[in-house]
Amino acid sequence: MNLRETIVESLIRSAGDVFSTMLGSELASGEVTIEPTCAEPNDGVVSFIGIAGSWVGTGSLTCSPAVACRICAAMLMTEAPSVNEDVLDAVAELTNMIIGSVKTDLESQLGPLGLSIPTVVFGRNFRTRSAGTAEWMHVRFQWDEDELLIKMCLAPNEKPHVVHHGANPTCTLEV
Amino acid sequence: MDSDILVVDDSAAIRKILTRVLRQTGMAIQTIHEAGDGQEAMSVVAEHRIDLVLSDINMPKMDGLQLLASLKASAQWHDIPVVMITTEGGETKVAEAVRLGAAGYVRKPFTADQIKEKLVGILEPALPL
Repeated sequence: MNLRETIVESLIRSAGDVFSTMLGSELASGEVTIEPTCAEPNDGVVSFIGIAGSWVGTGSLTCSPAVACRICAAMLMTEAPSVNEDVLDAVAELTNMIIGSVKTDLESQLGPLGLSIPTVVFGRNFRTRSAGTAEWMHVRFQWDEDELLIKMCLAPNEKPHVVHHGANPTCTLEV
Repeated sequence: MDSDILVVDDSAAIRKILTRVLRQTGMAIQTIHEAGDGQEAMSVVAEHRIDLVLSDINMPKMDGLQLLASLKASAQWHDIPVVMITTEGGETKVAEAVRLGAAGYVRKPFTADQIKEKLVGILEPALPL
């Protein structure tokens, strides 16, 4: 299994585990695509978390405001009629758990990785762009009638600064 | 005697979830205090009699490992058990937490049963799991 397949499989497993454990819901994975880096139009809530180490990248979760409110309601067991601090915090934490779990899966292959503190953006018709050139792995999930998108990009760090504990720093992103 | 527990996480969502989960465990808990980072946690520990700290690792200002190290280096508070609750499943940070004296760790996502199982053994070792 190449790294891309490992990441996609880990994203699907991690998202399913987190939804099952923290929200008591089943999540169905749908379309998986590989997209080039580009400025993407967005509407709704986007949560980002950075990954750093011998490999660097970003994981993100994108959903509509209604889905974000639903996540909050299921996670905190409190009604969220509109996107507020609790909703943004719940989406950020959900992203943290999913990408954190993927990070743990990848560390056996890539060596120690660190996570940033999540950032959440809520708005209409805004664009996001990663400064890196890595391709993004997109996994669309179906949550009952709702949809959410989890993405991740990862590339070797050109300036690694961490100590490798038996990792394989020359691992390539095979297609 | 009922216990006072301090929950430390920069996510208000996780603090709410943990507070709810702790109440659901049925353990003898008097008060659940909250802090958003290690610095706040040190202030709470200085003001209250804390029996156990549940702490995230990745936090701004003072992270969970720094908080753990500070508590263990303190003559006054080194006996307070600290359980790390974190997405950090990798060996590096968990090993560091154990080396610094953590009483245990629970990985996010967690269930109420996992939290209870971990804490009962620390707070109420005489009770069956």
